[in-house]
Amino acid sequence: MSLRVLLQRLLGLVPLLLAISLLLFTIVHLAPGGPTDVYADNPSVTPQALAQIRSAYGLDQPLPVQYLRWVGAMARGVWGYSIRTGRPVTTEIAERLPASLLLGGTALALSALIALPIGILSAAWRRSPLDRVLTLLSFAGISIPVFWLALMLQLLFSIRWGLLPAAGYATIGDAGLLDRLRHLAMPAAVLSLATIATWSRFLRGSLVDTLQQDYVRTAYAKGHGTAGVIIHHALRNALIPVVTIISLDLASLISGAIITETVFAWPGIGRLFVESMDARDYPVLMGLMMLGSLALVLANLCADLVYTVIDPRIRHG
Amino acid sequence: MGDAAIAEHLPRSPGRLFLNRVLRHAPARISLVFLVLLAAAVILVPPCSRYAYDQQDLELIGQPAAPDAAHWFGTDTLGEDSLTRVFYGGRISLSVGLASAFVATLLGTAIGALAGFFGGRIDQWLMRGTDVVLSVPLLPLVLLLSGMFRPGLPLLVLAIGGLTWMATARVVRGQFLTLRELEFVDAARALGAGSGRLILRHILPNAVAPITVSATLAVGSSILLESALSFLGFGVQPPTPTWGNLLNAASPWIGTAPWLALPPGLLIFATVLAVNCLGDGLRDALDSKD
Repeated sequence: MSLRVLLQRLLGLVPLLLAISLLLFTIVHLAPGGPTDVYADNPSVTPQALAQIRSAYGLDQPLPVQYLRWVGAMARGVWGYSIRTGRPVTTEIAERLPASLLLGGTALALSALIALPIGILSAAWRRSPLDRVLTLLSFAGISIPVFWLALMLQLLFSIRWGLLPAAGYATIGDAGLLDRLRHLAMPAAVLSLATIATWSRFLRGSLVDTLQQDYVRTAYAKGHGTAGVIIHHALRNALIPVVTIISLDLASLISGAIITETVFAWPGIGRLFVESMDARDYPVLMGLMMLGSLALVLANLCADLVYTVIDPRIRHG
Repeated sequence: MGDAAIAEHLPRSPGRLFLNRVLRHAPARISLVFLVLLAAAVILVPPCSRYAYDQQDLELIGQPAAPDAAHWFGTDTLGEDSLTRVFYGGRISLSVGLASAFVATLLGTAIGALAGFFGGRIDQWLMRGTDVVLSVPLLPLVLLLSGMFRPGLPLLVLAIGGLTWMATARVVRGQFLTLRELEFVDAARALGAGSGRLILRHILPNAVAPITVSATLAVGSSILLESALSFLGFGVQPPTPTWGNLLNAASPWIGTAPWLALPPGLLIFATVLAVNCLGDGLRDALDSKD
């Protein structure tokens, strides 16, 4: 793939991102009271002070002017200041990002390691009792409410059996690897459950389709065993559609797991989102939403690009 | 010839055939029975209960009380009967789920049908709009909206339905793209049918089956989304109970009063699982070619 194609695709994202930013901007300005609503509840903020705040933030300007100024600033990396803490939004997010990346990355690795063998086993023994059990489990995996699962795990592993810490990122004063892993175990398990279920279902479906193709029959006819045919012939092709679904989930894993981080008090950007919601901290919320959208859009692009790399039938430009 | 014998020889309607095929799918059959029983329970339990859903037992205020003969699921911190609240909350959770899925299906079908039928410019613009909505992470967006507007039930339904129609739109668009090329559409057009009539009377009925599947799956995801919102404190507000906000109230007491968290969570889980199994059965019935 040439650099020119990559640049073209990246430029194509600009209108999409502009549309997203317009959507978010409209939503925040439709809110009753607008972005300074949080000050209106405060009895010590006089109407004069409110007007001063509004003009300081440029909120007395016409909406199109405000939008253009906001988009321009976002594009330059000036994301404003948190209403809650007064610190730059970028600093707030940057502080919380590593915890989310650690959790999301662990969940991602767990999902891939577990979903791959499950999908292969299900497809290889299609319609066997094993396949039926795995199918039922994966349906359970996408149907279970994550917050309830998280509560139940806390109840069993922390409160009843005392095996794992109920919440948090690390024990204060303990920087050991084991302590980190013990804190990571439950959130990562909860976060990866749904992705394990969807990825393994997807892989099963796509592998079953692939196994019915002529070239697979040829491979069998040449005397390969089932394991050999699946691993050396079918798997590579079957993985192509799975890449799309993985890349979409990748974005949601990275842009913060709001529910999981909230239940386990994990100090990532998902938790930051809920804290900012409670404080109606719009600059931080807008920053997080734009970051999440950017991650989603880039993940989509990556999926397209990976497609062209692993599937020689598709070539761009 | 008896009536039964006559019925045997009548051509069976496609809808009937479809239903039979769905019911042959064991998980779908069990799910359907479960959902009917659940609907009956959420309708009948609250009026038959000795307590109103917001009736407080002043003796029991302060701490959750364990299940006993008077309160089978125990009571919450406000001294309210947990059993009554769980089934009354089921009414809200199920209604919000069904209504949101209805909104999403209506919107998705309308947008997909217009895009697929007219193609060209209209298709391009509608599908770009779909891409924009799909590019904003769903849960944060719904949270932001409900946090800012503090919606009542109708607005909450509109918000959930208004942000989850995209999958249906893509399915319907695909169906319309294929169906509009078929000869019966040309025939109807030759007889003078306009666009509206072609869409509603000729093409849409042929796309009902896949729309039903995505509507069913939408019910499950709407129930999950509403319960997640209410669990985080941004959905339906107490004293109106839903399965989600019951779990929110139960979470601080998970160590001391786990009986409060078990029933609502299990019911969300079982309901969504049943809806998904039913959707799977519908899809299988569509796929199998007779």
